Amino acid sequence: MSKGRFGKYGGQYVPEIVMPVLTELEAAYEKYKNDPEFLSDLRKYYVEYAGRPTLLYYAEKLTKYYGGAKIFLKREDLLHTGAHKINNALGQVLLAKRMGKKRIIAETGAGQHGVATATVAALFGMECKVFMGAVDMERQKLNVFKMRLLGTEVVPVTTGTSTLKDATSEAIRYWAAHIEDTHYIIGSAVGPHPYPTMVRDFQSVIGKEIREQIKEEAGGRLDYLIACVGGGSNAIGTFYEFRDDKDVKKFGVEAAGRGPAVGDNAQTLSNPDSRPGVLHGAYSYLAQDDDGQVIEVYSISAGLDYPGVGPEHAMFHDQGVVKYVGINDKEALDAFQLLSREEGIIPAVESSHALAYLEKLMPNTKKDEVVVVTLSGRGDKDVQQVAKALGEEI
Amino acid sequence: MSRLQDKFQELKADNKTGLVIYITAGMPDAAGTIKAVKTAVEAGADVIELGIPFSDPMADGPVIQAASYQAIQRGMTLPKVLELVKEIRQFTQVPILGMGYINNMLNYGFEKLAVDAKEAGIDGFIIPDVPHEESGEMKQICQAQGLHLVEFVTPGTTDARISETCTTADGFIYCVSINGVTGVRKIDYSPINKVIERVKKQTDTPCAVGFGIGSPEAAVEAAQQSDAVIVGSAVVKLIMEEKYAEAGQLIGDIRQALDKKVS
Repeated sequence: MSKGRFGKYGGQYVPEIVMPVLTELEAAYEKYKNDPEFLSDLRKYYVEYAGRPTLLYYAEKLTKYYGGAKIFLKREDLLHTGAHKINNALGQVLLAKRMGKKRIIAETGAGQHGVATATVAALFGMECKVFMGAVDMERQKLNVFKMRLLGTEVVPVTTGTSTLKDATSEAIRYWAAHIEDTHYIIGSAVGPHPYPTMVRDFQSVIGKEIREQIKEEAGGRLDYLIACVGGGSNAIGTFYEFRDDKDVKKFGVEAAGRGPAVGDNAQTLSNPDSRPGVLHGAYSYLAQDDDGQVIEVYSISAGLDYPGVGPEHAMFHDQGVVKYVGINDKEALDAFQLLSREEGIIPAVESSHALAYLEKLMPNTKKDEVVVVTLSGRGDKDVQQVAKALGEEI
Repeated sequence: MSRLQDKFQELKADNKTGLVIYITAGMPDAAGTIKAVKTAVEAGADVIELGIPFSDPMADGPVIQAASYQAIQRGMTLPKVLELVKEIRQFTQVPILGMGYINNMLNYGFEKLAVDAKEAGIDGFIIPDVPHEESGEMKQICQAQGLHLVEFVTPGTTDARISETCTTADGFIYCVSINGVTGVRKIDYSPINKVIERVKKQTDTPCAVGFGIGSPEAAVEAAQQSDAVIVGSAVVKLIMEEKYAEAGQLIGDIRQALDKKVS
């Protein structure tokens, strides 16, 4: 079996053209991942630029509201650019610099990863192209403008369904034609080896900080971890540190969209109809039709509507390390409003899926237990869409 | 000996360069695909690469992407591709390779596919998202059925990888002319020719150059070191527009140019 496997999942299902550059990337990552200078450089940017460590905030009012376990929020929403995506973008751009690459490319759906990549490209003076589905560009005009402001060229993708999966394919195609001088920053813990491992490592700072902070905040007690899962980067970053802690129950929350019908949700693990397959270089669970064509998935959250999922999540799913569940649009919108009202924190609609799971979990918790929800991003980008969903014109 | 091996031996004996024509199954529809294959064979194609449409064809440029997308919209599926091959076998024994992405095949069940493909009359597979590292198990399954699983080299393939590929290669080696995706454009063939030179020292498996070849001139240029050339997008574009006569003309012109090259 090939490299980069998580159980039977993962691998390198890419055209031969891309293999040399993946091998080069893997070698570079192996060289630098434990290199003290690289790590101190990364640490410096995490602290001085991105704003790490992020707070582990005790949500006292929300805790009272539910009347069960103590609820803490891991505030990735407070990071520069407003989401956890910057953790990975900084790690990869530092690696790309060391590899002597001149150009950065990325795919983006909602635009959050695109903005994070455009940001680090500006910071490090690298040329940057972001591939984005034409449909998504129309839906996320603000982020398109932000990327352009940051000096990035946003390339509209009009093939296939003109959304994230097509933007990803197009980024891979561009990469295949420019492998010498270009590094591709994949935005989630998906894609061919070494990406799922590398992205997980850069994001696992989230879980490591939770481990340290929970010692101070709750004497080290931790019973439940909740994070939302699209491709699954903030979730793998949250769970990985605790993968062997059997006492910590871990919930990965997928988008149940508007219902269980095919194409109406973005559930790849918590959906009984979904089965493993290969998309964008990795073997993992995949939303596909009877003939093995990848289907366009749906969620109110543009950051969760990806038809695949990171291969390590697929393994965790099979092993029962993490329980994957679904939260629909309505439940997420309710949680979006609840956190805004109770805590004065407007969460990203992606993170609202994780928050919404509290409704289901909390009645079964005890007061002395502790739950941590990773608040992967802030909701400023979503207010317009949420207003519309709630029937308000702004 | 397979149909494909026989064909390459025959080409070698005649001192001719092989011509592989790619056609997306289901374009413009099932009957059109049959007509297109007939046209290609009559115009001088030695091997047919029958494209199995996939929703996310990572290695393909705009023409084949569009063809795949439309073919799926029009209802083409992997089981229907096998039916098409059975129909094609009614009128020709031309070697046929199924070119598709791994997900459709895994979804069908690779072992079952190998059995059913063999029965339908397919001679092997070209799977662009299965590089050498991932090919082991599929290769065994194919070989058990007497099917070829084509491997790839590119201008960037390292010497170590070329050697590994040469030890397991069968059918032919797909020599990708340029870093990028399929689609007609002007290409400098010298980097891939250097790779082919190295391949030739290590194996007798024939080499076929593909990506970018859309005219008789380009075919002749691409054929300098290789045993065959592969033409895809240029033909698919005409077939999508139902211009069968033009497609036949183009294939015939390439055939003539390749034949003239040797004489």
